[in-house]
Parts: sequence; structure tokens; C-alpha cells
Amino acid sequence: MLTLPCPCCGADAAEIELVPGGEAHLKREGPGASDEAVERYLFERENPKGVVLERWRHAYGCGKWFLAARDSVTMEVYGTYPAQTHEPPQEIRDRIARRHPDWAQGA
Amino acid sequence: MKRYSAFAIAREAARYHTGWGRAWRKPQPKARYDVVIVGAGGHGLATAYYLGKNFGIKNVAIIEKGWLGGGNTGRNTTIIRSNYLQDPSAALYEKARSLYEGLSQDLNYNVMFSPRGVMMLAQTEHELRGYQRTVHANRLQGIDTEMISPREVKRLCPIMNIDGPRYPVLGALWQVRGGTARHDAVAWGYARACSDMGMDIIQNCEVTAVLREGGRVTGVSTTQGDISCDKLGIVVAGHSGVLAEMAGFRLPLESVALQALVSEPIKPAIDVVVMANTVHGYLSQSDKGELVIGGGTDGYINYAQRGSFQHVEETVRALIETFPMISRLKMLRQWAGIVDVTGDRSPILSKTPLEGCYINCGWGTGGFKAIPGSGWGFAELMAKGSSPLTEAFGLNRFREGRFIDESVAAGVAH
Repeated sequence: MLTLPCPCCGADAAEIELVPGGEAHLKREGPGASDEAVERYLFERENPKGVVLERWRHAYGCGKWFLAARDSVTMEVYGTYPAQTHEPPQEIRDRIARRHPDWAQGA
Repeated sequence: MKRYSAFAIAREAARYHTGWGRAWRKPQPKARYDVVIVGAGGHGLATAYYLGKNFGIKNVAIIEKGWLGGGNTGRNTTIIRSNYLQDPSAALYEKARSLYEGLSQDLNYNVMFSPRGVMMLAQTEHELRGYQRTVHANRLQGIDTEMISPREVKRLCPIMNIDGPRYPVLGALWQVRGGTARHDAVAWGYARACSDMGMDIIQNCEVTAVLREGGRVTGVSTTQGDISCDKLGIVVAGHSGVLAEMAGFRLPLESVALQALVSEPIKPAIDVVVMANTVHGYLSQSDKGELVIGGGTDGYINYAQRGSFQHVEETVRALIETFPMISRLKMLRQWAGIVDVTGDRSPILSKTPLEGCYINCGWGTGGFKAIPGSGWGFAELMAKGSSPLTEAFGLNRFREGRFIDESVAAGVAH
């Protein structure tokens, strides 16, 4: 079972405690945005085979949102980090780089 | 191709079955084809078959990364029905269901289509009203469905407990002409017919790049060399996003794991298909006697073809109140397929921003039932540039807000 350490309360949360929340670091679009931008925000997804950055909520625990870096093929967890960020911390990026040297966020 | 028939069986029986040939050829890829289809699952093979049969386009290669029919075609719960709410879906799935009726004769291959009837249980008042609406819509669409009473449900499926305290059965949406088919045989039958028309099915051949020139597709690079083509059809389900990235565009879908399981084989206990969407479970009995059980998807991106344990437990736990006898059964095996789910839970059969490149994807949790209709419509789209069956399923519907919202109509599994 997938286990993610919750960066908010520190618990090692099993999958049954968590609710998945989809792709992380989406750029939200509001009034005045182009049709393309709204479509991108609402529907187009990176859906990567490899490194995934995604939102999770520790629903049956502390209740907080956080972000996780995970591999969608091997299920390896590179780490979790606070939701109030635009990119994973350096430590997680290093861990990802050891497996995927060419990986770049959003590429 | 040798025709399969009762006489062929008798002839082969007389010579110890030494005369059966390969069902399809095992060719080396040529340098060029008119059409290349990526993905030799049900949808890809059906597309190729109808390209040849309906439009005379037979210089076709079907390229498969793994083995033929080894993806979701071989991993589903084989349910066939067409009781959809929205008109475009109903038209497409009903086309498929009606083609399934004659598919064994058409392909000269027994796909074991078994129109045993499909019932979708209404276990809440909300669901009951929803299905009543669907029955009215189906009547207008010319699809043969009806609401049946709890007593009729019990008569058709005696092992069901209809008086459950949490989830009583209030009625059911019954499609008497729905049923199941042998999923592998559908892929094998189409493959054999395609091969017989001279098409090349190339297995263990992974596409590594989509070749482009001036906004137009010119071919694909594969692990068995470059293959050029006029038109490219991408029919790869869970890996659609990977192929789309190679072709230079992004898709409105996410790939997640969908699981199914079978019980140990038992004597005949249930001769209809039952779907219980309130509790996320559906059940039928295979010809081998196993109860075939499917549930909901995992909620996160996954390319590993392994699902999470708790979904198996959730599915079975939910079904036990309605089917008390399954609590005594052992699980025989469990597996997962990677399904590509769109924002409106309806498929995409469309041209793409890359000229000459077409995509058939987004079937999510309900692709098997659509295979013949999907192939029929997608072949017409690829051959003629448009098809009445696929018109509403274009990629641009997301930008333009013309959703075919079956996620609202179906609630869950569809």
C-alpha cells in the first residue's frame, strides 16, 4: 500500500488515510483568461509516465493538504512537501535527479 | 485463411488436429503503409478491420508494444450494454452492441457473445429517478431498456438480497439485450480477420517517436525501425498521454489503475450481469464458473498495472450485503489495467493538432463494450475525415464546453 509521510503532522499516512487531489502546481485561470488557458487549467493534464507531482489531503488524519513527488511506474515516493510552494524542495529534486537525470518540472 | 466450421473440426479431429494453422501471420514491418495503427487491442484491431472492410484500405500495419490484446482488452469484466443517457454515447454504444450480435458470423470467430441481460440496480431514491430518466432517454434513442420492480430483480437473480438495511433494491434498469462476450476472442477474431485481409500485425514493437514534417505526420520510429505512413491512428488507452507527447500535443486525460477480480469457480449461480453503482461494484459469472467482479478506479496516476489492495476490499465489502453468498468465496486472482479517464468520462475519437494523426482514447472504465462501434466510427473518421458516430467526441469539446457528461449520468462505473 502506498504510504506518504504527511509534512504537516509528521504521521506516516497509509493510502486509506489519504484522499488524492490531482496534479500539483496548476496555474489557476480567472476572468479574462483565453479559452486555451482555461482549457489547460481545467482539463489538460501532464499525466506523466515517471515523475508525478500531485496533491494529497490527509483526510482521515490532520486534514491538511500537502504535495508529493512520486514515480507513476515504480511507485517510489521521492518525498512530500508543503502545499504552499511552487516547486519541490532541493532535497527532493536531488532524489528525483538520481533516478531521472533529465527530469525538469512541467517539461 | 481456413474457415472455422463444424466440418473443419470434424476434419481436424480425423487427423489429430495437426492441420490448424496460425490464426494470424507474424510479418516483418514494411518500410511504408497507407495507415499505421498504434495499439493492437480491441479498438485498434477493430479500427483496422473496418478500414479494410468498409473502405477498402488494406495496406495497414497494427503496431503493438507488448502482445496482442494484452492490455485492457484482456483485463476488463467483459460487460456489453448501451443504456447511456446522452444521445452521442447511446448511438456509439448501441452501434457497438448491435455489431456484437453478429460479430461471430462476421469474423468467422466465436466471440461467445452472450446476451444474458444487464441490470443496473437502483439502491437509492436518487438512483431510481436517474435510471427512470435514462429509460425515457433510451426510448427516444430506440434502445430497448425498461425499469423493473424489486420482485422482478429477485426473480431474475435469486441470489440477491433485495431487502438490505443499508442498500435495499428499489428497482433496476434492465437491458435484456446486453450481456458479455469473451474478451480475448474479440481481439483474436479481429486480428485473424485483419491478417487475412493482408494487414500486418507487428507485436513486440514499441513506438519511440512520431515522425513529423511541417505539421504533418510522416511515420513512426519503432524498436523495429522507422515505418512511414500517410495516416496514423493512436489507439493506446492508458499510454495515450505518452504517445500524444511524442506527437507534440497534450490530452485532457489522466491514466489510473482499474482493478477486477475473480472468485474461485462455483456452480452456476447467476445468469445475468448485475451492476450496483451506489456501492461501486458489478458482478457476473463466467462460463468457467468464476464470479467476475469489478469496482472503482484508484484516484491517482499509475502506469504500473497494479492496483491498491483497499479497492479490492471496498468492492467486495460493498457487494456482500446485496450478495450474501459471496462472503464465503475465496478470491482466485486480481489484476489491474491502466485506463485513461477524461474530464467528462466520455471517450475522444478525434483529429489532432498534427495533420494526418488521429486519436481514439479516453474510454476510461468502459471501453470493451464499445469495441466494434469505436472501430467502425474511428475507421470512418480516418478514411473520410468525419463520421456521424464520432462527431460529438472531438478533442475541441473541452475548450468549447460541449461535454458529453456521462460522469453525471452514470455516477460511477460506466
